[in-house]
Amino acid sequence: MGNNIFQYDFIIKGLLGAVFASITAGLAGTYIVSKRMVFLSGGITHASFGGIGIGYFLGINPVVGAAVFGILSALGIEYLSVKQKIREDSAIGMLWAFGMAVGIIFIYLTPGYSPNLMSYLFGSILTVTNADIIALGVMSLVLILYFGIFYRTILYISFDELFARTYSSYVDIFKYLTTALVALTIVLNIRMAGVVLVLSLLTIPPNIAMIFTRVYFKIVIWSVIAGFIGTAAGYTISYFAGVPVGATIIFTLVLIWFIAKSINHLVVYFLKIKTRAV
Amino acid sequence: MDYLLKMHSLSASYGTNIVLQDVEFIVMENDFIGVIGPNGGGKTTLLRIILGLLKPVSGNIVFNTNLVVANTIGYLPQMSTGDVSYPVTVTDIVLSGLMMRKGIISRMTSTDKRKAERVIGELGLTGLENATLNELSGGQMQRVFLGRAIIGDPKLLLLDEPGNFVDTTFENDFYEKLRELNKRMAILMVSHDVGTISAHIKSFACVNRKLHYHPSHEITNDDLLAYGCPIQVVSHGDIPHTVLKIHK
Repeated sequence: MGNNIFQYDFIIKGLLGAVFASITAGLAGTYIVSKRMVFLSGGITHASFGGIGIGYFLGINPVVGAAVFGILSALGIEYLSVKQKIREDSAIGMLWAFGMAVGIIFIYLTPGYSPNLMSYLFGSILTVTNADIIALGVMSLVLILYFGIFYRTILYISFDELFARTYSSYVDIFKYLTTALVALTIVLNIRMAGVVLVLSLLTIPPNIAMIFTRVYFKIVIWSVIAGFIGTAAGYTISYFAGVPVGATIIFTLVLIWFIAKSINHLVVYFLKIKTRAV
Repeated sequence: MDYLLKMHSLSASYGTNIVLQDVEFIVMENDFIGVIGPNGGGKTTLLRIILGLLKPVSGNIVFNTNLVVANTIGYLPQMSTGDVSYPVTVTDIVLSGLMMRKGIISRMTSTDKRKAERVIGELGLTGLENATLNELSGGQMQRVFLGRAIIGDPKLLLLDEPGNFVDTTFENDFYEKLRELNKRMAILMVSHDVGTISAHIKSFACVNRKLHYHPSHEITNDDLLAYGCPIQVVSHGDIPHTVLKIHK
């Protein structure tokens, strides 16, 4: 009986986690893929590991540490590259490794054994708390409202920033705000997929969607759907096969991408043959 | 005929580098002015001042507020802005020209969408409404950006080097379109190609730190020299050729 309740709780948690992860990753992911910010996002992800380490060391919630690190490094890179004081890709590369180094140093300095380290690197549904799920749920709501209300403003600034400046004085505010929200989305999803794999959770679904559509809001919707299928399937496989959930999700998503791409190629190929026959 | 904007002893600089000095310039309704001058002479800076992207360090610019409502200037930037592989459709790009009148919480109404449809038709882009930029030719792309510039029915249209990405087959259509638009809006066109534009514009503004207004669409090398505007004039003939400076 107790076992059933535990399983029921586990399934609900997994299901909600999958829904919220795919909504947040779909919205933030479409933004970073469209704006070619994938590498920057990789930097944010790994920099936030420094925050996880410091969180451990100070005995505060590592996710809070990661959020602070992630948002500050994201805004820092955006700001410095606007001022053209640095080469953006080099700075990201440095930050990437620096964050990991800080994280590892502080985790080693923390007395006692750190059983959750692997879960931060590769993700684990077992360590996901109710608070994590609630945080992701709130984040989903915030992102839906943010992108819903300011859809065109965000879209046009990210498509052609220079032109947007000719009519809006809010370009920088929106740029920084969206980047900060992306950083927060990444950090909250680290619990699901882990530092090493979380970026793929954001970038693979939009790439699946873009095989079929080039319209921004349709990419978002299809990304959320693809993300959900991948995440839910990933959980299930991970649960039965006993392998880390993050890796399973990413594996499933890449498989979906590959199948979608193949189907697309076949359809295009047969359409060509058909038109030639006509 | 009324004025659209007046600049009075206007100077602009980037840091300590003075780019425009004591500029006196009036743009009237229905003007079609070719803005020419050497690279770094201040042509684009002039547009940035008009667009409000750069504040003058001294002097002023005054708009005729009866005609030019704030933020309703049509602007066709150089091709380099905007990512051509960005997932945004032709219709959405054209609609973005209406953002100047809308707040940050903007919904496009069905009137807006009909307007976009009309502009797209007018520019010969019908059928490409849902295409993205990377599916278009250079000329089509330029028409999309022109659509974005004119959808708000501006009284003043600014074009920055529109010749840069026009394919020659489309060039005549493009200037024909501009002539048509000029009936309802003034046009300021930055170009380095004096020869090509002189057939289409009404007057010149030579910008090389100072601004000299030349009230005719014909301009000679002597004029350019007198204006301190050293640029190459390309003349037309049966065979494409370039006239070089006389050897001494």
